[in-house]
Amino acid sequence: MSLASVMAPVPVPTPSPGRVAPPVPRADPSPALREEPRVAKMVVEDLSAWYGRRKVLHGVSLPFVKDAVTAIIGPSGCGKSTLIRCLNRMHEIQPGAAQSGRVLLDGRDIHGGHLDPIELRRRVGMVFQKPNPFPTMSVRDNVLAGWRLTGTRPKDPDAVVEDALRRAALWVEVKDRLKAPGGSLSGGQAQRLCIARALAVAPEVLLMDEPCSALDPIATARIEELIHELAPTVTIVIVTHNMQQAARVSAYTAFLYMGELVEFAETAGLFTRPADPRTEDYITGRFG
Amino acid sequence: MDAWLYPPPPQRTVSPRLRWRRLADRLFRGAVVASVVVVLAPLAAVLATVIAKGAPALDLAFLTHLPKPVGETGGGVGHAILGTLFLALGGLGIAVPVGVPAGVFLASDRMPRLAGVVRMCADVLAGVPSIVVGLFAYTLLVMPFRQFSALSGAFALAVIMLPTIVRTTEEVVRLVPPTLTEAALALGAPRWRAMLGVVLPSAGKGVAAGIIAAFSRGAGETAPLMFTAFGSQFLSWNLLQPIAALPLVLFNYAVSPYEDWHAQAWAAALVLVVLVLVANLVARYATARRSA
Repeated sequence: MSLASVMAPVPVPTPSPGRVAPPVPRADPSPALREEPRVAKMVVEDLSAWYGRRKVLHGVSLPFVKDAVTAIIGPSGCGKSTLIRCLNRMHEIQPGAAQSGRVLLDGRDIHGGHLDPIELRRRVGMVFQKPNPFPTMSVRDNVLAGWRLTGTRPKDPDAVVEDALRRAALWVEVKDRLKAPGGSLSGGQAQRLCIARALAVAPEVLLMDEPCSALDPIATARIEELIHELAPTVTIVIVTHNMQQAARVSAYTAFLYMGELVEFAETAGLFTRPADPRTEDYITGRFG
Repeated sequence: MDAWLYPPPPQRTVSPRLRWRRLADRLFRGAVVASVVVVLAPLAAVLATVIAKGAPALDLAFLTHLPKPVGETGGGVGHAILGTLFLALGGLGIAVPVGVPAGVFLASDRMPRLAGVVRMCADVLAGVPSIVVGLFAYTLLVMPFRQFSALSGAFALAVIMLPTIVRTTEEVVRLVPPTLTEAALALGAPRWRAMLGVVLPSAGKGVAAGIIAAFSRGAGETAPLMFTAFGSQFLSWNLLQPIAALPLVLFNYAVSPYEDWHAQAWAAALVLVVLVLVANLVARYATARRSA
């Protein structure tokens, strides 16, 4: 399988030679990977980003395959979070933030006039590193916040709440205390509540910025299970410090180093046969 | 089993340096206690005097009745208590819709140059003598209508209250974690909705505390009301008529030549102090709960 087949049918960003290693064809691709041609849900092309005068992303080009999990790994400060914040235009809300290059959703530039940030962020949801449920709202209102805060209401709010909480694997734990304040949940529950909140507006893409780094191993395992369950229907981009986690949950992995995309490949290939020596150094723990 | 063995206790030797530290500690502690006494003594003295002189004239009739004509004994300040509440709430009615959004704006760190101007204006306004505020309201709302009015009094109090509301709102909104704003924006909320739906409710108790503090500040003001609300001997709810207020009653009675009015002035002072104190305590309580 070549990168080009991953990118079809949207315009293929031409990666600079040597930067992006084409996924190594595997002798025995798993059935899940062999099925139907893959489509890029989102694509970044030559994306650079700045905070003030500090350039944190240097011309990154990369596809995010539809209904698959893409992990972004790399040492602290390599631009992982900035990259995914560019995908839902959360980067630009920071004072002094700037960017160049293109970000495509379904083949269309998200900075084009056809899509305002509000509509974009409904389609591209986000889960943050630190669980941040709204403390003044009940569990139920937290789930519905994505509707209320955009001035809309679902036809059947109760169904939306139950469905989102079920998909976030939280329903059983909170179904008897939907009226409890959002801040009353444990860390792992709060993070799943945030996932439910993001899922309630039925996003096509879910961005997860180190969603497990504040959680204990059990809560982490639950979130990872959850990612597996969501993957067939939602395009997931997950930033993680944890290489084992990237290996466990993702189909594709991008390795970012000092703001540059060093390598992008199928996860199994990247971890077993890294094409770039820096990738190898990182995944074997020699730096980072 | 043998008892545990413990190391021998360290020998107590008091070095000169340690002795000096202990002495310094005692000196500073004494200085701090003394300054607390100096700060609290006037407050205690004021409260004691007001209670001692005001309590004898204070009864239910005093709180509920209207004033009697000169020469008759009895009568109360019911009209002024209601008038003060009316003026202070009216002042809030003007100051809150202006001050809270201004505070939110200052906390949002947008348009730094304009924010700097707004912040400076609020600070300058806080320093303007209240009599000047009264004159300002007089020229703006009394002269054109040739009529003292509750409205002009409420406006003057609003000007007094505004800086308190703006600055406390800014402070408490700044305390709301930016991650909450981000969460709301990432859900697709427009900024104004993120502010109204998430940030302001999170800062709600603090904002309320600021509003109550502004209320007690405004309720105690005399000078801004002298040329605006003016005072009245009657119960009035008319925005366009003069209205009574506790500080005005206090002032007028205190400078009058009648003994029983003097007593009533003390009682009015007591009522006013209690009103302001209660409002402050409520504000305290609300803030304490917020930070807990």
